[in-house]
Amino acid sequence: MNILSSLRRNYEQGRISGVLLLGLGILAAILLFSAIGPFFVDAVNAQVGAVRPRKPPGPEYFLGTDSQGRDMWTLLIYATPNTLKMGLIAGFIGVGFGTALGLIAGHFGGIVDAVIRVISDALLTVPAIAILVIIAGNIDRMTTLVMALVVASLGWMFTTRTVRAQVLTIREKSYVEVARVNGESQWEILFTEIMPNLMPYIVASFVGTVSGSILAVIGLEALGLGALDEMTLGNTIYWSQQSSAVLRGYWWWWGPPIVVIAAIFIGLFLTSVGFDRFANPKLARR
Amino acid sequence: MSRELLRYLLTRFGQLLLIVFVAVSINFIIPRLLPGDPVQTALARLQATGGAQNVDIQAVSAAYRAKYGLDAPILEQYLNYWLDLFRLDLGVSFANFPEKVSTMIGNALPWSVTLLAVATLIAFSVGSLLGGRLAWPGSGRTIKSIVPLMMILTSIPFYLLAIILIYFFAVVLKWFPPAGGVDTTRIMRLDWATTEDILRHAFLPCLAIILGNVGFWALGMRSQMVSVLGEDYITFAEAKGLHPNRIFVWYGMRNALLAQVTALALSLGSVVSGAVLVEVIFNYPGLGSLLYVAIRGQDYFVIQGVVLMLIVSLAVLLFLVDLIYPLLDPRIRR
Repeated sequence: MNILSSLRRNYEQGRISGVLLLGLGILAAILLFSAIGPFFVDAVNAQVGAVRPRKPPGPEYFLGTDSQGRDMWTLLIYATPNTLKMGLIAGFIGVGFGTALGLIAGHFGGIVDAVIRVISDALLTVPAIAILVIIAGNIDRMTTLVMALVVASLGWMFTTRTVRAQVLTIREKSYVEVARVNGESQWEILFTEIMPNLMPYIVASFVGTVSGSILAVIGLEALGLGALDEMTLGNTIYWSQQSSAVLRGYWWWWGPPIVVIAAIFIGLFLTSVGFDRFANPKLARR
Repeated sequence: MSRELLRYLLTRFGQLLLIVFVAVSINFIIPRLLPGDPVQTALARLQATGGAQNVDIQAVSAAYRAKYGLDAPILEQYLNYWLDLFRLDLGVSFANFPEKVSTMIGNALPWSVTLLAVATLIAFSVGSLLGGRLAWPGSGRTIKSIVPLMMILTSIPFYLLAIILIYFFAVVLKWFPPAGGVDTTRIMRLDWATTEDILRHAFLPCLAIILGNVGFWALGMRSQMVSVLGEDYITFAEAKGLHPNRIFVWYGMRNALLAQVTALALSLGSVVSGAVLVEVIFNYPGLGSLLYVAIRGQDYFVIQGVVLMLIVSLAVLLFLVDLIYPLLDPRIRR
């Protein structure tokens, strides 16, 4: 009851905006789709050669079939959670690592700070795909988990930057000074005074990092560097490109994965815009 | 040139060198950190996929052993790597042995650079103008209704937009060619027919990059403009009775552009990443397609060369953006 009334109050104050609800709604719908989808379809139909190839959407195959004889609808239901999974894992690792580095850099300063800052700035300006291609191209046996790790290796810099900047601001606040005078240790100040105030920024970074990771994963997969034996949205795009599905007019092969990918990105984008408002009450009043 | 400006330029140039240094080192270290002998692995894969039927594997292998001295101490390898780079020697292709990687990159680079530069410039200018207008109080309701469209375009990866564009404009309507940089039968000359051919092929890839980026610039500019409009100097300019268009361009846009240029520097990396994939989708003869073919053919040194080239050209682009900055901001120039 308490949570509900607090939610309602936030909504009335304009902190929970329509944009945030729409974004979260889209994401929830995609999650629901990938969670209950498998109960309604037969996994066998997503395997190569299971159904008649190159059938346009019709009563028999709701979204048609691809050249390799897979039912697109079944394929989509199994591919979506895999893509989301990679994004979430990479997001968690990237944000976790990024937060730790940002805290260290901002709180302790000095040479550690300088090194972290230079490396993260340099990596931010390099096209991620270039480094990811080198790493992914040198891995013998690609799986979705390894893919998530590869992408996470370049998914931490933005969080580090944000967290570091915030730590530098918060560190100067008077309550931190009070805590210091009260004799709290460095670590206590870091985790009990500074950390809680960083949460909105960390959540915002998380949404951005998940989005960036999914983008990178799909990009690598479209280049053919993904775990080709697993069903993911990016691999579906790759195979459709391999068979020139666009030129041959098999729109049902590349269309649906693009729609799902677009829905994921739009959902994440709206959530991050809406969350900005939630974390920053000043924006809500506009 | 004042001392401050000189210092600014020197710092930026230092940054350029740093990025190049880091990139080259990463390119050197990563393959050596991973288990196995890169040359052997690559050649084995090449043979397994049947990509090397016409190539004398022994000759290739020997050439690489000699060149890379993979048995030498790591520091010596690293120094040799740098020396080769200064000689613009990036090795030779496995798949097209003995074509030089530097020649292949040299052929592909102009395509990529032109496409990316033109598309980014158009997206940046159109997006910034649009964004400025969106935030301007006088602008009508019709222009504001494009905001949701901008948001959708920004969030979709633009190589996916490319697929949709090919389908509608090249496959269904047949207005533009679906792939390539010029007609395969075209003999390249400096005449109108060739130019037109190139432009016709470049239109869709360019449009994909522009559509994918314009929203980003528009939204960024809009939020910048909103905060600039709250500044005292705008009120002052209004009080002076300046023409609204003059206030818009010289008081509003000019100040809001500073943050946009910073954003340009930060976003170039992802724009390049996206453009690589757009090239792949269109089979455009630039670095992206070269990379794709090299990945498919396990052409190890081509992959490395292209990646290095991407990083270095991006660093140079960043440096150029940094050179624009003093022109916009007199505080740095002083």
